[in-house]
Amino acid sequence: MKLAPNYREIEGKSTGFRVLLGGLGLLAALAFGAFLYMEHSGHYVTGMTNQIVWGMPHVFAIFLIVAASGALNVASIGTVFGKSLYKPLGRLSGLLAIALLLGGLMVLVLDLGHPDRLIVAMTYYNFKSIFAWNIILYNGFLAVTIVYLWFMMERKMNRYYRAAGTVAFVWRLILTTGTGSIFGWLVARSAYDMAMLAPMFIIMSFAFGLAIFILVLMAAYSWTGRPLGDAVLFRLKNLLGVFIAAVLYFVMVYHLSNLYATEHHGVERFILMDGGIYTQLFWIVQILIGSLLPLAMVYHPTIGKSRPAIATASLLVIIGGMAQVYVLLIGGQAYPLEIFPGYEVTSSFHDGVVNSYSPSIWEITLGVGGVAVALLVVTIAIRVLRFLPVSLADDAVDPHAAKAD
Amino acid sequence: MSDTSNRIDSARRAFLNKAGAAAGAAAIAPGVFLTTPAVARPADQPVSSEKRWGILVDTNKCASNCDACVTACKDENGWGSTEHHSSQEQQSQWIRKVEIRNRSTGFVATLPLMCQHCEHPPCVDVCPTGASFKRADGIVLVDKHICIGCRYCMMACPYKARSFIHEDLEDQLPWAPRGKGTVESCTLCVQRVDNDGTPACVEACSAENHNALVFGNLNDENSDISRELARAESIELRADLALNTGVRYRGI
Repeated sequence: MKLAPNYREIEGKSTGFRVLLGGLGLLAALAFGAFLYMEHSGHYVTGMTNQIVWGMPHVFAIFLIVAASGALNVASIGTVFGKSLYKPLGRLSGLLAIALLLGGLMVLVLDLGHPDRLIVAMTYYNFKSIFAWNIILYNGFLAVTIVYLWFMMERKMNRYYRAAGTVAFVWRLILTTGTGSIFGWLVARSAYDMAMLAPMFIIMSFAFGLAIFILVLMAAYSWTGRPLGDAVLFRLKNLLGVFIAAVLYFVMVYHLSNLYATEHHGVERFILMDGGIYTQLFWIVQILIGSLLPLAMVYHPTIGKSRPAIATASLLVIIGGMAQVYVLLIGGQAYPLEIFPGYEVTSSFHDGVVNSYSPSIWEITLGVGGVAVALLVVTIAIRVLRFLPVSLADDAVDPHAAKAD
Repeated sequence: MSDTSNRIDSARRAFLNKAGAAAGAAAIAPGVFLTTPAVARPADQPVSSEKRWGILVDTNKCASNCDACVTACKDENGWGSTEHHSSQEQQSQWIRKVEIRNRSTGFVATLPLMCQHCEHPPCVDVCPTGASFKRADGIVLVDKHICIGCRYCMMACPYKARSFIHEDLEDQLPWAPRGKGTVESCTLCVQRVDNDGTPACVEACSAENHNALVFGNLNDENSDISRELARAESIELRADLALNTGVRYRGI
């Protein structure tokens, strides 16, 4: 028998809902204030320099954009790969993908030197630039995912939704390839210049997006008192474990490839051994706290079945992911350009030295604002439209899956 | 007597030499000038790819205690003392003196480093709006009107040649427009080059009698720079990237 889950808006009348809305709204407003201040003054009030040209806002923006494409995975697994357990989660998955992308793009645009020229970015295209392609891919992703959601939610269009889901799935793979290639195609910098960054970003998106999805799902169901069964949750956390391991594999191959080539020994030594904050972030936050610990937690026979532990593991994946993007992005710029291989270099323009970066409060506020806007979009959307099934209890989701589990 | 005839003979020899050279030139190359006449390109005509501008930096002649090229660039283009709020790491530098020391041999050299005006500039490739562009004559510039300040070109440049303007600027020079929130770099003194001039750095180096910088048209095999490049070795920085830079270095 085919199941038809019953979707319903959340009630949204509790104090908790208003506090959540108010808190997120406040963070978004603060971010807007930080943006106005940075734009009015110029970027001298930020931590960015001519050495570290992409700072904390880019860390947030890239994390959110990567996570956005990954958040759509849950819907894709249901639609494209026909796993019925995931189908009731499809609407939230699509919504989260749109919301995270909006949050990330907001941060990216508001950190431009000329955000007022957004129209220029939309009308002048250099088609050799992967950045220009990304602008098209981001906008297209929003459009494709909105259509996908519409086909999912509108009964009359239901018969086309598998096609729309397939288009969205392919589009998201291309989009994350584009985001990874923003770095992978930077031939001049030792930390980048590797085609492997594109698939690595895709697998990173799987992990980051799913971790956020699990947290949002758990929060939404717990705060609204709707049932969320173990069948769904355990399936998701097991999948998260696979994705964490896959990211670890890609990180390992990335560093091993660099370590094999003598020309990259300098940058590898910097990230893995002498890089100070970057080395600590890599080993302690990205690898230990952000990968190995959550991996052990989700697969542990008893801890892995505890809901607080699953939520904590998801949170750790997010923290580890932020650290990963920070190390790649800021660490990759902190390591000096190799303009004169074999030479020690000194100049008035910080050639040959490790560049320092300390993010300003304005940049962090803008970045946090991107997260707030993403969550605000989700909160408002599930209040006004039918995104969440009334029940995700085991017997409501998929009796066969529940039995098998 | 013999003195007089010797004088006449030498005068005649000189005359015949010149006449012969002139006749030879007329015979072998009618309509071709051995040296290009100095005629400034009219403002309403586009630049052409017949010329490709470049600079040869001879580090053997570059004095370690001299930064006349940097000072001249600041004066000519109005950067260096215009950013009052920005930290040292945030201030623009269009050209800088770099000291390099070979790790295994201890050999030390100094050289000016600026935009290398690549034939295949990575900054132009990555610019999403096309604000980063290369003129037909090889000069790489930023169109300040469509630069959105994304700074991807700064990520892509192998030479760290570009700077981002972190604050409002006042008293700008009309021939070197700059603007908060946009990226800038060496323009090869395009305002001078378009009027048959020489970049300020090159002029200053000559004025110091160092003559470490030679400027000219790389497409003209008779230009000073082409002859120098043909005469002795020179390298491109990051030659592995195959960017075919307009700025070349000798002695490192």
